[in-house]
Formats: sequence, C-alpha cells, structure tokens
Amino acid sequence: MTQYSSRNQALAQSLSDILGERIASMSEHRGQLTVEIPRDHWLDAAWLLRDEPELAFEQLLDLCGIDYLGYGDDEWETAEATGQGYSRAADELGPGRFSWEERPEAGEFPNRFAAVVHLLSLKHNRRLRMRCYAPDNEFPMLPSLIEVWNSVNWYEREAFDLFGIVFEGHPDLRRIMTDYGFIGHPFRKDFPLIGNVTVRYDEDKGRVVYEPVEIEPRVTVARVVRRDSRYVDDKLEGTGS
Amino acid sequence: MSEIRNFTMNFGPQHPAAHGVLRLILELDGETVVRADPHVGLLHRATEKLAESKPFNHSIGYMDRLDYVSMMCSEHAYVMAIEKLLNIEAPERALWIRTMFDEITRILNHLMWIGSNALDLGAMAVFLYAFRERESLLDVYEAVSGTRMHATYYRPGGVYRDLPEEMPKLAESPWRKGKDLERMNEWRQGSMLDFIEAFTDDFFDRVDDYETLLTDNRIWKQRTVGIGAVNPDRALQLGFTGPMLRGCGVEWDQRKKQPYAKYREVDFDIPVGTNGDCYDRYLVRVEEMRQSARIIKQCIAWLRENPGPVIVRNFKVAPPTREEMKDDMEALIHHFKLFTEGYCVPEGETYASVEAPKGEFGCYLVSDGANKPFRVHLRAPGYAHLSSMNEMAKGHMLADIAALIATQDIVFGEIDR
Repeated sequence: MTQYSSRNQALAQSLSDILGERIASMSEHRGQLTVEIPRDHWLDAAWLLRDEPELAFEQLLDLCGIDYLGYGDDEWETAEATGQGYSRAADELGPGRFSWEERPEAGEFPNRFAAVVHLLSLKHNRRLRMRCYAPDNEFPMLPSLIEVWNSVNWYEREAFDLFGIVFEGHPDLRRIMTDYGFIGHPFRKDFPLIGNVTVRYDEDKGRVVYEPVEIEPRVTVARVVRRDSRYVDDKLEGTGS
Repeated sequence: MSEIRNFTMNFGPQHPAAHGVLRLILELDGETVVRADPHVGLLHRATEKLAESKPFNHSIGYMDRLDYVSMMCSEHAYVMAIEKLLNIEAPERALWIRTMFDEITRILNHLMWIGSNALDLGAMAVFLYAFRERESLLDVYEAVSGTRMHATYYRPGGVYRDLPEEMPKLAESPWRKGKDLERMNEWRQGSMLDFIEAFTDDFFDRVDDYETLLTDNRIWKQRTVGIGAVNPDRALQLGFTGPMLRGCGVEWDQRKKQPYAKYREVDFDIPVGTNGDCYDRYLVRVEEMRQSARIIKQCIAWLRENPGPVIVRNFKVAPPTREEMKDDMEALIHHFKLFTEGYCVPEGETYASVEAPKGEFGCYLVSDGANKPFRVHLRAPGYAHLSSMNEMAKGHMLADIAALIATQDIVFGEIDR
C-alpha cells in the first residue's frame, strides 16, 4: 500500500478495509485524500461512508461537476522558441474547438465528465474527496446520492443544469441557475463564454426576444502552461515561517 | 358549496424581505405554508466560468462580489486554495492581519444580518444602530484597501499592503461640522489599529444595546421562538454549517476544529444553541459578535508588537516594490511577467475552506498547470441553507417566511454565484 501522510494514514487504511474493491484508486495531494469510485459502486460506497462508524461522514458539503475537455491545453506554445512572433498564441485551438476524441492532450482521465464530492466527518474531524466519472461522454449519467445525504439535492440540480450530468433517482431534476427555457449546459468547456443568445426587450413586438450574440469572444491574457520545476520543488525561496 | 383549493403565490423576486432576488413559490392552505419552492439563479453571473478565463489573481475581486456582506472571508478561501497548490505560506504578520479582517468581516456581516432580520420582523431601530457601527468598519476596509466593500485585499502569499500608519479623518462638510465632526474624529487621531481598538472597546456596549432592544422583547420572542426549529441530525443531513448548525446544538466551528490563519493562537469561545429555532440562532450570532471583538483585540496586540513583511518576497507570485522595479532589471522582468501572464500553478486539485460568517465557504480549485484555473467551484453556505427552505417552512404561517429567510442570512451573491 502506498504511504500517506500521518494525518491521512488511518483514514486511508479504514477506507481500503471497508470499501475494498469499490475504490478504483486512492491518492493524496497536498495533504488531501481523494478516492475514485466507479459508477456501479457510487451509491453503495456512499452508504458505507456515511454509516460505518469508522468512517462516519455525516455531512456532504459539496458536489460539483467537472468537464475535463481541454485539460492541460494551452493557447501559447511555450516548450520551444518560435519564429512566428506574437501570433503563436494559437487562435484555432482551444476548448470547444475540438471534440473529446480529438483532444490534443490526452490526460489520464478516462471520461469527460465527473462529479466531485466533498465529505466531512464531524465525529473524526476529517475530510474526504471522492470522484466518479460518468461512463458515457454523450449522455453522462450517475446515480443520485439524495437518499444518503439530503443536502446533495440542489448540488445535483446545479451539476445537471451547468454540465448536463443526469442524476438517476433524483426526484426533482430541474434547472436551477439558468433561465427558464435555457438551451445548453453553460459550464461545459465547449460552451462559449459569451453565450449563444442575447436577450432584449423588443418595443415593437412588446415582448422579450432572444437573438444570436453579436459580440466577439476575446482573450486578453493567453492561457499558458508551464511545467517547470520551480513551483513543484519544495518550498519557494523567501516564503514565510 | 364551491371546492376549496390550495392557493399558490409568488413571494418575490421583488419583495423587500426576500433579501435580494429570491423567487419563492408558496403553496398555501389558508395562511399555512404547505410547500415552498425557491427559484434561484436570478443573480447568476457564472463566476466560476469567468474565473476559468482569467489569470488567478484577476478573480480575487469576483470573490468579494459573491457574498457581498462578508467580502474578505470569500477572498480568504480562494487565496488559501491557490497558496495550497503553489505550496507557499504567507508571512506571519499577513496571517494575523487576515485573522483580524476575517473577524471584522464577521462583525460586518452579523450587523447587517441583525439589522435586516429585525427590520423584517418589524423592529426599525436596530437597523439604524447596526448601520452606524457598520459604517466605522467599512471605513476600516476603505483605509486598508481603498474601497469600502470590494476590497481585493488578500493576495496569494499575503495581503496587498501593510496596515496604514494613519487613520483617515472625516472632512468637514455642510452636514458634518463643528462638535459633531470633532466627536466623530476622536478615534481617528492615531493609527488604524488605534481606531479598531477604540471601536472594539466600545463595541461590547453596542452589542448590549442591541440585546436590550431584542433579547427579552415580547414581540421579538413571539416571532422567533419555536420558528424554523431543526434538530441536529436533520441539520447535518441538510448540509447546514456555521451559526445555522451551531444554533441546533452541534458544536462545530472550523476555526476551532481545523484552524487556519492564526485561529490556533487566539482565545475565544464558540456559542452553541439548544433548540435550533430562529431565536437560538439569533443568540448564537449575537454572542459571535462579542467573540469576534475579543479575537480582534488579540490580533491588535500582536500586530502592534511585531512589524514585518506582509507578503512573500517571491517575485514569481507577488510583485516587487515600485522602487525595486525601477532600479533592478530582474525585478522589472518579474513585474512584467507577473502582470502580463500571471503565474502558473502546478497541476493538482485542492479544497480550501474558511468559517465564513454564514457557514463554511469553500473553494475547490483544479489546476492543469496553466496561469488560469481549470475549474473553480465555490461552496457557498447559503446555497445549502436555502435548499432546506421547503422543510423549514412546512406548516408555518405565511408571516414566518420572512423570519425564516432572515434567519438563514441569505445573500444572493453567493447563492447564485
């Protein structure tokens, strides 16, 4: 078994004892523990996490969706010098301008959409993050946790509204953030930041009308990925105590 | 005889007691609420998506605009998340300043809450008194950051600048002159710390004043005792945090249990309620104001004794001073890179949270190694609280809806994001 920091050692041990093969993988980053749980075990793992006294995660603090399209992609070539000058800020590439299958940086993510949950155990005073990838990229669907933790209600509605992740078994999966009758899922990476339609009041028609957006998308600071070691190695020089 | 049916009505989105743009659809049986369905999102600005399109530092200002009555606490969660991923730590003095301002913010928030809560339930005077005190604290915000509300004061690696040596004085104007002006400037003769100290010394009496107006007030108790009672198990199930959870008798405060900044080193108590109704939550918040003042006094004592840097001296994340920039080529390059491109945060994900005045405000940050976040998710306490509205309101009278919205301390900036 991999080594975890002393703070998380006990939790990691009881997680693998109790959840066993329900865990696809477990990792620690910056002192925080993350477990990945396959879709088929998402619900029964949740019951165990809440009810087993050794885990006792009484509270679900947060659930959010993630769209991994475009992860690690940049708009500016930084690996080597270029002779093209400023225009190397590639404008033909970027999230939304390629599909999941054709994504330039195939990271370690098995699927495009995932739900991330943050749990808190008051009894043991510790936290846990768990993640579940939705197997189908076209029609992402996950089991709802609403029976286990009632607080997930609006968070699942939000993830459905903004990412289009459908939660099976949710009693009231309506849109929550966007307008009545909104089309699309705005937090998906292929949804433009400026949106697709604008709304205005039409004097002649005497009602509100929807029209295609007129403004141009604009990037003021290019997205740059620098994978140099200066931040990763130990503490930065001159930081505090 | 004609058929008797339940009556459905809209509460808001332009109702003064809706605390913003809440559209609450109420199904009524006579005057009893059968079902409450809050429609939120009227103030949705896609803050999380906007943050994905900007370098990390550009979004600090958006955090102020989430919960716009507890501005710096939201900033705190965001910069803490960035600091965790960068693996840097702010200097000690910055941590003390943050602790002090988090508590100033808590007082600001609770003053707003006590004023508007009392106003919703028909007590006008508290609102006026609370806003008088709020004004002094907003002046502190202004003195330290230049703006009264949206401070953008916390930065990854510290705070933007040290506390001012001098507290700005009020100028003479047609409605503020002579003896009045002298009295108002009395506290402002020294440094900003002197001003805050004078304020906190005085503040305990002010809280007592609010209590004389409300705590034993017969009308106040009729409107709050036994209204919206939630038992501890349900509170945990519904995702309650902060005073909403402590009002139910669950002793959970992140400042004590999982301390951040300098909360480990200050002395304070956690008030806990017993019945979990509106009245207990009121008592908890009032006591929290006193405890905040206590923490502020301890921060002032430390900050007086210990001058020092307030932001890391690392030009990769924090800019060099103007003098250095004009003197030194290296510093100029760093300055240019930082302001044109920002800094790249190493790949990874983290969740950082603070005990904001309303509950746990968390920031889940995913970075793919770029100068912009890949995904930011903000966990707003009010979102979970409002989602429990149906359960809390069921069986209560229509007039209690105002008490319930007020007790949840709803602010739409953070709920709709």
